[in-house]
Amino acid sequence: MRAAQPTATTRRLEAHLHRRARWRWPEIVFWVAALGAIVVLPSRAALINEILIAGLFALSLDLILGLTGIVSLGQAAFFGLGAYSAAILASKGFADPTLGLLFGAAIAAVLGLATAPLLLRGGDLTRLMVTLGVSLMLGELANRNGWLTGGADGLNFSMGKVLGLFPIGFTGQRNAALYSFAALFILFAVARRLAQSPFGLALAAIRENRLRAGALGIATSRRIVAIYTVSAAYAGAAGALLAETTQIVSLDLFDFHRSADVMLMLIIGGAGYLYGGIIGAAVFIVLRDVISAATPEYWEFWIGALLVVLVLIGRERIHDFAVRAASSLAPDAARGDAA
Amino acid sequence: MTELLRVESLSAGYGEARVIQNLAFALEDGRSLAVLGRNGVGKTTLIDTLIGVTTRFSGCILLAGEDIALLPPHVRARCGVGWTPQERNIFRSLTVEENLTAVALPGAWTLKRVYGLFPRLEERRSNMGRQLSGGEQQMLAIGRALVLNPRLLLLDEPTEGLAPIIVDELLAALRELARAGLSMIIVEQKPKKILPFTDHAIVLDRGAIAHDAPSAELLADPSALDAHLTATKKAPR
Repeated sequence: MRAAQPTATTRRLEAHLHRRARWRWPEIVFWVAALGAIVVLPSRAALINEILIAGLFALSLDLILGLTGIVSLGQAAFFGLGAYSAAILASKGFADPTLGLLFGAAIAAVLGLATAPLLLRGGDLTRLMVTLGVSLMLGELANRNGWLTGGADGLNFSMGKVLGLFPIGFTGQRNAALYSFAALFILFAVARRLAQSPFGLALAAIRENRLRAGALGIATSRRIVAIYTVSAAYAGAAGALLAETTQIVSLDLFDFHRSADVMLMLIIGGAGYLYGGIIGAAVFIVLRDVISAATPEYWEFWIGALLVVLVLIGRERIHDFAVRAASSLAPDAARGDAA
Repeated sequence: MTELLRVESLSAGYGEARVIQNLAFALEDGRSLAVLGRNGVGKTTLIDTLIGVTTRFSGCILLAGEDIALLPPHVRARCGVGWTPQERNIFRSLTVEENLTAVALPGAWTLKRVYGLFPRLEERRSNMGRQLSGGEQQMLAIGRALVLNPRLLLLDEPTEGLAPIIVDELLAALRELARAGLSMIIVEQKPKKILPFTDHAIVLDRGAIAHDAPSAELLADPSALDAHLTATKKAPR
């Protein structure tokens, strides 16, 4: 077997990926707008915080589904585990939010690493059932170990200040949103770097044709295990953020609807380009907020209708329509976007 | 000349079905082998077995003396087996250049050299895989196997379904590879395309080797070719 050494081809690949990894202005506008919303709309900070956490959760699914083509209905297992890990740590006196965030992500990553080999065999249906099964098992374990998790009553706890300076939770909703924003942005930047690396190209190859990728020298199993572990850490971090900013955890964190909702968000926003989860989370939560205020019994009906429209019409057509509309309104801006 | 590949008593198939039976042949380094035969005789199964995506029932595959029969496909690829499957299977969401660089290994076959062999790919280097024509996809599939810097290149019906002008372009490239001393096993249904530049040929029939001869000899004997390759006609009722 030959050892990898830097060659003209690998240098060319690095240069190419470096070019691709440059932040483009629509992305900068996106993040500035998200930060601006927290600052300008302090009364909606709780809602924005929820969007940011859901966006991170959907990003975790995008890493496996969008980038790698691995389906999962069990992201709630990592979300719940991350949340409970941070909550239990805080309830034992380690109330620093950043420590809880890292701890929640790390514990979820360990579970991801342990369960990833289960995904290597079988097809999509097997993976859906295996991931769902792991999630159900975790939920039941949390239910049965009330001495640690609070069981059906859940767990209340208090968090310390972020970096010893900023309180989060009910007394600091805007700080909580800023904290979630910082966590999301950092983790997004890492995910973006990952997607624009040789590792990311290998994941794309696996998504397109796992057999072919293997025959081209890509160790597919190892990469699937790696990205599943990273994805679990992201979902765990999202769970930890939710626990820390609400200061309560309950068994519904492991519920199937969490995994289904996050899948819905990703489908609404579009999988495979990392922003889809965040956009989908924003659309999903804002729609839920607006529609449930207008017709509380029917908000899921409208979300369902949106899903049907998206699937039938196709996101590409809607995207093309939006691009054409944007270019007719501002031709220069549209050209800049395309470049 | 040293022996690069030796296949001994190889039986393989898909699931529980045996498609190739007790195959044995060898290939010297720098030589190329044509694998001929009618539809469904096991040509593709042989190629798939060499790369490791079938069920192997018995036999060994020695690459430069090392048995690779139990190794997974990605390790075989890293040991020097390049594969261009019948379906091409290029990565449609990656650009031409990404398709090539994502899998490249160090060696004589650089991106520049692949672009030299297939100038069309350089012209379309920023295009996505899904934007390529069938011929360009085949060039990319071969180029992608070449940047692995294989010791042995497996090509499964590289000219299938392509326009005659593209077929000529591809055959010229394969001829150049053969001249450069790259060991190849080429599966083809139309022998006259590849026999002129391969060194040896085997004809498969029902999963076994029915004929084994130097390519030039087979090419000079159209009756032998016809006997092995013309589909059996049904007797009139």
